[in-house]
Amino acid sequence: MGLIDLANPSRFLAFSHRLLQALVPVTAALFAVGLYLAFFVAPDDYQQGATVRIMFIHVPAAWLGMMCWTVMSIAALGTLVWRHPLADVALKAATPIGAAFTFICLFAGSMWGRPMWGTYWVWDARLTSVLIMFLMYLGLIALWRAVDDPSRAGRAAAILTLVGAVNLPIIKFSVDWWNTLHQPASVIRLGGPTIHPTILLPLLVMVLAFTLLFVTLHVSAMRNEILRRRVRTLRLMQAEAA
Amino acid sequence: MALGPHAAFIVAAYAMSAAVVAALVVWVVVDHRAQMRTLADLEASGVRRRSDASRQAAQ
Repeated sequence: MGLIDLANPSRFLAFSHRLLQALVPVTAALFAVGLYLAFFVAPDDYQQGATVRIMFIHVPAAWLGMMCWTVMSIAALGTLVWRHPLADVALKAATPIGAAFTFICLFAGSMWGRPMWGTYWVWDARLTSVLIMFLMYLGLIALWRAVDDPSRAGRAAAILTLVGAVNLPIIKFSVDWWNTLHQPASVIRLGGPTIHPTILLPLLVMVLAFTLLFVTLHVSAMRNEILRRRVRTLRLMQAEAA
Repeated sequence: MALGPHAAFIVAAYAMSAAVVAALVVWVVVDHRAQMRTLADLEASGVRRRSDASRQAAQ
């Protein structure tokens, strides 16, 4: 089955049903392994002590907040350029999930910042650019709710999403371009990760678990959005027949 | 597993993350049931799409 076949919502529903049956247990198992490694195998950091364990949710959530916007940007191109039938479904379904993971990133970061930096929040470039991304997620959710017609809302959301994509490299490179309290990149960087393998392995397992959780939630939310549009179509047919 | 003097911050971060993830899971499950129920009600009232096969696939 190719991507063209999945453009058919009915085929997507059938395919995604089988996909979810595999994704749910694999995601749960990865979280179990990741949390075990995080709490029972990974050592305390020599400077940060046990608070380094906050990294195992903060970093995956930050990664997902940005990855979700990247997925939404591709979906936005699908809406505006290729007019793929499921593109704005994917865009709409991803928005609240991305907002939730960005919120987790900000909250976990502030819980990490208070004991390590002495403050919950600082207006440095990294934190501020992530907060802007969170506010843009909320703006997109409001936009979807403000416009009744899904195709009109989809086009407007696609444009806003592509404009917001400018923020992604700003978030990524903010720690290099400006003097920030937030530490520079320590996983995805030239020269390789600077984290010890005993801490890096749990982190990578948790990143994979969070990523599969995102895929599971996104596919499920897309299915719900397809069903919601069917309900809308049937209600319109009912109203026309009355 | 000792979480040290900053245990409250670690527990708060994990608890909030678990709550948000749980809320997302509840949202997709409840929303799916609501849409399926509404579709069933509409079809029971005589409004039908061209194909019912797609609905079966979604179940």
